[in-house]
Amino acid sequence: MAAQPIDRDVKPEWRDALVDLLFQLADDDLLVAFRGSEWLGLAPHVEEDVALSSLAQDEMGHAAMYFGLLESLGLGSRDDLAHLRPVAERRNAIMVELKNGPGTYLEQPHYDWAFTIARAFCYDVMESLRLERLKSSSYVPLRDVARKISGEEKYHLLHHQIWIRRMALDPDAKTRLQAAFHRVAQDAGDLGSTGAHTAILEESGLLPDASGLTRAWQDQVQEFLSLQGLSWTPVRETSTGRLGKHTKDLEDALDTLSEVYRSDPLARW
Amino acid sequence: MEKNPDQVMAALTQVMDPEIPRVSIVDLGMVERISVVPDAIVITLIPTYMGCPATRLIAERAQMQVKQALQLPLDMVRVEWSTDVAWTTDRVTETGRRHLKEFGIAPPPATGNTLLTPDVPVSCPLCGATTTTMENLFGATACRSLYYCRQCKNPFEVMKPT
Repeated sequence: MAAQPIDRDVKPEWRDALVDLLFQLADDDLLVAFRGSEWLGLAPHVEEDVALSSLAQDEMGHAAMYFGLLESLGLGSRDDLAHLRPVAERRNAIMVELKNGPGTYLEQPHYDWAFTIARAFCYDVMESLRLERLKSSSYVPLRDVARKISGEEKYHLLHHQIWIRRMALDPDAKTRLQAAFHRVAQDAGDLGSTGAHTAILEESGLLPDASGLTRAWQDQVQEFLSLQGLSWTPVRETSTGRLGKHTKDLEDALDTLSEVYRSDPLARW
Repeated sequence: MEKNPDQVMAALTQVMDPEIPRVSIVDLGMVERISVVPDAIVITLIPTYMGCPATRLIAERAQMQVKQALQLPLDMVRVEWSTDVAWTTDRVTETGRRHLKEFGIAPPPATGNTLLTPDVPVSCPLCGATTTTMENLFGATACRSLYYCRQCKNPFEVMKPT
């Protein structure tokens, strides 16, 4: 049964669920973009450096769209929403906030390429499943944005699949990749969670089949990995990041990301 | 003053994509609507990619071009961005495809499933050979892929179908 389309005015009892969902989408993409941008100049080869910049730029554009939807709901300016909200209000999954590896961008960045690829692939699979559902969301502005973003995201998934296939052909790379997938799995429990309002998201049609995301996601990840001779450690759904519980890595990321913006929030850029 | 949408469209054909200066925003399919309201002309554009950094520049240039061509005060020309309609490469016109090729970028191949994979045949925009290979799915900008032509030994880019 298709839910009644919602053009602008959301029922008051659904509003919190919509806002929470939009923060999950915006915060996920913001952190994916930020972690991607930290590879600038450090990627394994120059073409990948260029590709990563494009991927990060796409994700930042998507985050801006979701923050824009929140702005239009009266939550404040999208720049403020991206930069000024405290850690406890962030709704991204834990997996996307984790550092790329030891060191920092400026000092000894011994980033982990296998971890980056494993995480990016897991995220892209989740994102494709979520966007597929959002394309029939009852909230029309979100549906339109999801349709627009889907065309771009297909290439992200394809790009990371190509990397995994290539790495799986080399014994050393394959070992590292396998270890990276085990590590990603340890912190991926909340990736498919939709937080505190899952029942309302389904009932309102804002995000159809919200509760089926984790299972669909693991099936798809597992299927692709097994074709490359890699295994996936099944995860149990948690809701950690979706409820605002985060790691120190997020705090550090936001300190860096928002340092300039917070130095003078009234400046015009 | 007479405000004719055709004249507006003609003026917009002079506004080029900043990153592909041979192809106009009209031929890229970015012009969704031109509305003439009592006090202004409203041009509705749609972005190709959501994170495209050139949107602001394009809007400014479109506004200036129309202002000059129709000799209107600047505040009578408004440019708006819309996300109601998703941009796809199907919106690129025949002229746009030709201009892309002249600029050295292979136009988006018709892939059926709208995804560019390494097994989709692509002709080299420089020599026409089909002995080409995908070097990287992402080229200099998010909307292009990097290819290599084994015939004329040149690298080139392909606009990714979306």
